[in-house]
Amino acid sequence: MKKQYAILMAATFLGLAFIGQAEARDQIRIVGSSTVYPFSSYTAETLGSTTKFKTPVVESTGSGGGMKLFCAGNGMNTPDITNASRRMKSTEYKKCQENGVKDITEIVVGYDGIAIAQSKTTAAINLTRKELLLAVAAKVPSKDESVLVNNPYYYWNEINARLPHRKIAIYGPPTSSGTRDAFEDMILKHNTKHWKVYNDAGFKHFHAIRQDGVYIPSGENDNLIVRKLTKDTAALGIFGYSYLAENTDKISAATIEGVAPAPETVQDGSYKLSRSLYFYIKQSHIKKVPGILEYANLFMNERMIGDEGECADIGLIPLPKEMRDHYRSHLKSLVRIKLEDFAKK
Amino acid sequence: MNNSTQPNNFISDEKKLRQKRRERADSRFHWYGLTALGLALAFLVFFFVDIIGQAVPAFYQTEVKVNIHYVEAAKTNYNKAVDHKLRRVVSRAWLRTLPVYLKRHPELIGNNIKQWVPADSRVDQYIKQHNGHGLKSKYQRIVDAMAEEGRIRQVFNIRFFTSGDSKLPENAGIFSAAVGSIFTLLITMLIAVPIGVMTAIYLEEFSEDNHFTRIIEVNINNLAAIPSILYGLLGLAIFINFAGVPRSSALAGGLTLALMTLPIIIIATRAALQSVPSSIREAAFGLGASRWQTTWHHVLPLAMPGILTGSIIGLAQAMGETAPLLIVGMVAYVPDAPDNILEAATVLPAQIYTWAGESLRAYEERTAAAILVLLTVLLSLNGLAVYLRKHFERRW
Repeated sequence: MKKQYAILMAATFLGLAFIGQAEARDQIRIVGSSTVYPFSSYTAETLGSTTKFKTPVVESTGSGGGMKLFCAGNGMNTPDITNASRRMKSTEYKKCQENGVKDITEIVVGYDGIAIAQSKTTAAINLTRKELLLAVAAKVPSKDESVLVNNPYYYWNEINARLPHRKIAIYGPPTSSGTRDAFEDMILKHNTKHWKVYNDAGFKHFHAIRQDGVYIPSGENDNLIVRKLTKDTAALGIFGYSYLAENTDKISAATIEGVAPAPETVQDGSYKLSRSLYFYIKQSHIKKVPGILEYANLFMNERMIGDEGECADIGLIPLPKEMRDHYRSHLKSLVRIKLEDFAKK
Repeated sequence: MNNSTQPNNFISDEKKLRQKRRERADSRFHWYGLTALGLALAFLVFFFVDIIGQAVPAFYQTEVKVNIHYVEAAKTNYNKAVDHKLRRVVSRAWLRTLPVYLKRHPELIGNNIKQWVPADSRVDQYIKQHNGHGLKSKYQRIVDAMAEEGRIRQVFNIRFFTSGDSKLPENAGIFSAAVGSIFTLLITMLIAVPIGVMTAIYLEEFSEDNHFTRIIEVNINNLAAIPSILYGLLGLAIFINFAGVPRSSALAGGLTLALMTLPIIIIATRAALQSVPSSIREAAFGLGASRWQTTWHHVLPLAMPGILTGSIIGLAQAMGETAPLLIVGMVAYVPDAPDNILEAATVLPAQIYTWAGESLRAYEERTAAAILVLLTVLLSLNGLAVYLRKHFERRW
């Protein structure tokens, strides 16, 4: 009895040691951004249910976490594709190169945008990102910009005399939401990154939102925010862009730095509360794992990311037509990104 | 002794007062206890009523009777198979399987068949009258009209048990997560139970009581109490990064959970072995049995019920665990059930976690239903443990 046990155990451990050598895989592995995750997993599911390929496994690790896994090497134990809600950083690219992940194709699938909206009956308002920061941040610079103080602003005209004497009340997504992450990135982190008073206070990416009742976390249910905005006409609400488009009968958008959110302004980059969504393909895996190109082609198909595509249905802002064609040709010829690319823009 | 100068403490008024006070304290304590119990029960009842109330609708799925056009064009664009205005009423998960189905059954082409098909989740939620169903008013009118014509019905949602995760709620089920849970738990059991029991037997029956074994004991007791996510990090470092076990696989998850369960099993087994009276061992030794014979023939069988109970409770705990699995990549979108232990898999609690984060209203009831399934499994496991203990335990 004892001998049999010993043999069993030895076999188990030997087996364990050999698993690493078994390098075949017939299922695509995708990691990365939680913002791209809904579109990516939707495409994965469509691939699995309409073709002979297995449904890819999609893991939501965040953009940074995805890059780390993606750039870890070329082994079959590393992902084939990583999604990102920002561009790959040059440091990440270098890490990839060091680990032998030489050939990477970069594809933009669409945009993610945020709208600041109010009741349709309320007078139009124009805000800058900085004013929004001062309205929602837990700590803001004092008037002389020497120290950080707890947010003292309760009316918009206290932030900037140009703005109306209107109570600051903002309904927005709770911490669990991807929209909240995007909002924190685009309003808080973006502004505080290079703001001396924040850096002096030791914050590189300040992203704490005030908790004194001015910013009202309102659940994942955007419907509820719309209803509150129609009642509380002084308030502003924060939505994923797609939601604004569906409720134009009840709410209108604040302009940000003079630009109203619309597919065109998001696409040409003039509307600032938006960002591009990416995915990156590890070329060395294309021949080893079946279906990678089919997945990428399906994702780039008009049916998915076109103006009336299924991803647009679940909240993706489509790229302009010529950009879609541009990235499709990228995909077709498997353009590799180079270090020089990071210098641009 | 001079008792006469002292008042008799046992009949004086003062005594009666003291006794009253003690009795009051007694009954107060009784009520504190009852209140605590009542509160705990109220929470439990509230939780169960809430979960069951939310979960029940998930077991029903709305179907609609519509005209399906089996036309050539549907082979490439499945939207062509239904009238334009019904595109958002019929489940897309069902529609998109049409092209493959048509290619397999070309004889259907040219037919126009009125049939029951699954409805889109928004329609389903609208019919169930849930808030936040998200169905646009345009479609609400269509659905209302269909309901009047008797073209809407609710059937048992078999898909919830036969399909894996899906981005379309009407197509989402727990099958792949359940298979993943079974694989993962099997591995945990195969690794943790033998190693745990052998370790406990060695520590209890064979080892001498010296510094070394005492250090091991203290460590085992500590390991049972550390946060489970740390086992995830350990599993990531050892099994995935070092041994090369595929990420997200049931093997990686099972091994990680085995690490977590080991101390629990060791502690339970040692307690079970300790409860076997030493007279049994002495009698065996007296008849000339070796240490191994004593343990294997006498002590172990007597300790078995305790060992089994401890192991089952340890495994039940592993089954409900998500934190360490998050680190080894098992909290992911895995709609296909794994065929073997090396393929990507997810587990029931991870599936619950994923669904709880979904924004569509229809996932809410599915989350509750999955919780109900998990709770049922865990309660049965614990029930089994109680049964084994009651049935086989011997008292001395």
